[in-house]
Amino acid sequence: MPAVQETVARVREIDVDQYKYGFVTDIESDRAEKGLSEDTVRFISAKKGEPEWMLEWRLDAYRRWRTMVEPDWARVDYPPIAYDELYYYSAPKSTPGPKTLDEVDPELLRTYEKLGIPLREQEVLAGVEQRRVAVDAVFDSVSVATTFKKELAAAGVIFCPISEAIREHPELVKKYLGSVVPTSDNFFATLNSAVFSDGSFVYVPKGVRCPMELSTYFRINERNTGQFERTLIIADEGSYVSYLEGCTAPMRDENQLHAAVVELVALDDAEIKYSTVQNWYPGDAEGKGGIYNFVTKRGDCRGRNSKISWTQVETGSAITWKYPSCILRGDNSRGEFYSIAISNGRQQVDSGTKMIHLGKNTTSKIISKGISAGRSQNTYRGLVSAHRKATNARNFTNCDSLLIGEQCGAHTVPYLEAKTSTAVFEHEATTSKISDDQKFYCQQRGLSEEEAVALIVNGFVKDVLQQLPMEFAVEAQKLISISLEGSVG
Amino acid sequence: MNAEVRSIRTAAESALVEAFAAVGPSLPGGADVTERRAAALREIAERGLPTRRVEDWKYFDLRALMREARPLAAPISDAEIEAARALLPLAGFDAARIVFVNGQFCAALSDFDPLPEGASATWLADALGDDGAALLDRGEAPAGNAAVALNAAFVADGIVLRIAPGVAVARPIHVANVQTGAAHAAFGRVAVTAGEGASATIVESHVGSPEGHQTNTHVAVTLADRADVTLVKLQDEGLGTLHLATLTATLGAGAKLSSLALSAGSAAARQQVYLAFRGDRSTAEIRGAGFAGARRLLDTTLVVEHDALGCASREHFKTALDGEARSVFQGKIVVKPGAQKTDGKMMAQALLLSEGAEADAKPELEIFADDVVCGHGATVGALDDELLFYLKSRGIPQKEAEALMVQAFVGEVIETVEHEALRDALTARSERWLIARD
Repeated sequence: MPAVQETVARVREIDVDQYKYGFVTDIESDRAEKGLSEDTVRFISAKKGEPEWMLEWRLDAYRRWRTMVEPDWARVDYPPIAYDELYYYSAPKSTPGPKTLDEVDPELLRTYEKLGIPLREQEVLAGVEQRRVAVDAVFDSVSVATTFKKELAAAGVIFCPISEAIREHPELVKKYLGSVVPTSDNFFATLNSAVFSDGSFVYVPKGVRCPMELSTYFRINERNTGQFERTLIIADEGSYVSYLEGCTAPMRDENQLHAAVVELVALDDAEIKYSTVQNWYPGDAEGKGGIYNFVTKRGDCRGRNSKISWTQVETGSAITWKYPSCILRGDNSRGEFYSIAISNGRQQVDSGTKMIHLGKNTTSKIISKGISAGRSQNTYRGLVSAHRKATNARNFTNCDSLLIGEQCGAHTVPYLEAKTSTAVFEHEATTSKISDDQKFYCQQRGLSEEEAVALIVNGFVKDVLQQLPMEFAVEAQKLISISLEGSVG
Repeated sequence: MNAEVRSIRTAAESALVEAFAAVGPSLPGGADVTERRAAALREIAERGLPTRRVEDWKYFDLRALMREARPLAAPISDAEIEAARALLPLAGFDAARIVFVNGQFCAALSDFDPLPEGASATWLADALGDDGAALLDRGEAPAGNAAVALNAAFVADGIVLRIAPGVAVARPIHVANVQTGAAHAAFGRVAVTAGEGASATIVESHVGSPEGHQTNTHVAVTLADRADVTLVKLQDEGLGTLHLATLTATLGAGAKLSSLALSAGSAAARQQVYLAFRGDRSTAEIRGAGFAGARRLLDTTLVVEHDALGCASREHFKTALDGEARSVFQGKIVVKPGAQKTDGKMMAQALLLSEGAEADAKPELEIFADDVVCGHGATVGALDDELLFYLKSRGIPQKEAEALMVQAFVGEVIETVEHEALRDALTARSERWLIARD
């Protein structure tokens, strides 16, 4: 069955709001009092059984956050968020520390099943060499099940919820947490530092190539709960890790706040590949509901010859405010950013990247593909800078936007700052609609208009899709088609 | 984080307020004009001069660059006129020449009577009396722009040019601005209205002595349907001068505007261009070339607004930087809802000739219509070593080889000037810079 027909069939299965993953799982939650105060922070910290230093770290961030003002420079528009009306902690009630999957609440497992998440060990592609994916599933705020622990442990890789890492590996957490995104970084990152509930922690020791791709599926579940993940990935000298992050959330009426922080540290000769598929609830046709996604993601190429690569497919959320960045500190380090951002309906996307060249001979590459349809607004905002000592810094940036429909907007706001003459920066951006010629050509070959558009869009984003791990790429391609349904004709 | 922090008024801001209190009532114009001037000054007094925290001025910190406000120029003396005569640029270029020395019209150096057929002129002071405060409108410039506000508050002299409908004015009109004498502030305004189907070439030049003058000019052009206007600007201010310039342009249907600015002088210069297409199927070509050495700063800030069907715009800017000079390009193409069939292309290129030079670029697209073809490009880099090596292997010394390559780089833009004598003069100016690299 051609991909498009399959897509259409899938969409029919979905209800009017065209959101496949909109359902609420009925599980009792254990949550904090509404609102945010020092007590909330203490409550969260106590719930997690955190040591004193961690509580102090959170409180410090909380006090700082109280003095900060919400940023307003992004091209997004939303009603003021009542931070004191939100719940800042919610944990599914379950027996503490399930030992096996059998102990996990079956309701949870069914939720994942509906999402099609492979929680158990599985062969990814039949007939192909067995590839395995380790899943650290975050259900609302607490990691409920972790698989593959043993195999990873044999390789020396630590992959666990960050709350566990704080207890078990305090020396690593103390050393690296907040070293890339400091608690004072920005409004949302500081808020996260104060109230982060859980997230993933990865440490890949020297010279180890992580034996499998690591994966976390995020879900937002409890009503009115902000979700504040904190992810910290450290790739020690000469190591390699590929991390997948995929997101879906149930349908709801009230906007949900999501302010995650992701920190990546790559030491000498290390490489981190971070891939995201984000498909949170974008709101209904009028733009009601939908997730506010205010994320701070940053990677630090701290060592020589290190490499960090961000790949993202952003199709969901009512508002996306996200700039995965690379600090190219080590000599010869490399940063990459591949992005597909699709907005439809009344979605607003303000996303991009920062490549900060500090070391010698650092290189970076940015490929950004924005597609806006319906009444959405899609902005690419990026910075490429080379400091005085960043001799021979090299950047190539390409951001293309595709417009579908008369009422959407596509914007490009790149900043280029070259402080050394040895830097070579190239930037190009184009904005256009799908050309009638291309469409005509496809239709003349017997494709329907919708099929033609899907084909052309897939060609438009191909450069980025190719960067995704294979199983993700297949999923992402379908997601793109679904996201654009109803935007043609 | 973004909290509005209003520091105490700087010396420059206080001086501006005091200067306005002293001269405001004697500036030309009726009560409505005075009120408009006072309103413009209030913007500055209340908000202060813009700093890096104001996005639009991120790379051109006016508060820091304008530590003190120079006094308004005194009436020009004979000695100053003679000094200005020696500085007059584009001498060999045949044009109707209107000269302003220190912001004041200078009959002795001007040579324009009669203006070419089809063109008529009114002095700004008279026009302010006839047309009133509308002459000080900000045109297509955004509200609250400090350079525009300062000009509206203080400008006393200038010229209003009208090109009659259907007339092609062959002889260029040259408005020359010369700064001489003690460091001072000078304001100028040129308003050009081209009637339906009219065409004209307007040349604007800025030269001056090396004292730390502060100049601020606003050129406002309005093109009626099918009008065709060419603007050429030579900014060759003395190397101590702070130069603020604004070009606002409104285009009717089927009109054509072609503009080139060569920035060769000043300590810090900001050229603002605000252009809007208000009629269908018009075209605009906005080009710029610049070079700077030492610790000089060149800023080009540009907004092209497509608000009509089927308009095309081309923006092309090139700068070569030596020493610790810095160039800034902030360009934005805006396509309004419904401005279908827009074709916009913007290119900014910077060539860094020394280790300490810096180039900042921010080419933006803001698009609200789908049937458009828009693109922008930006490049920053040094001269190609291989090309240099090629030239050197042919026996050309390093400096000369560099000069050849830089000449070719900025030449691409300068060569678009159709008027031969003018093109040669601009080319000669760039050659001179390549020898001195100041």
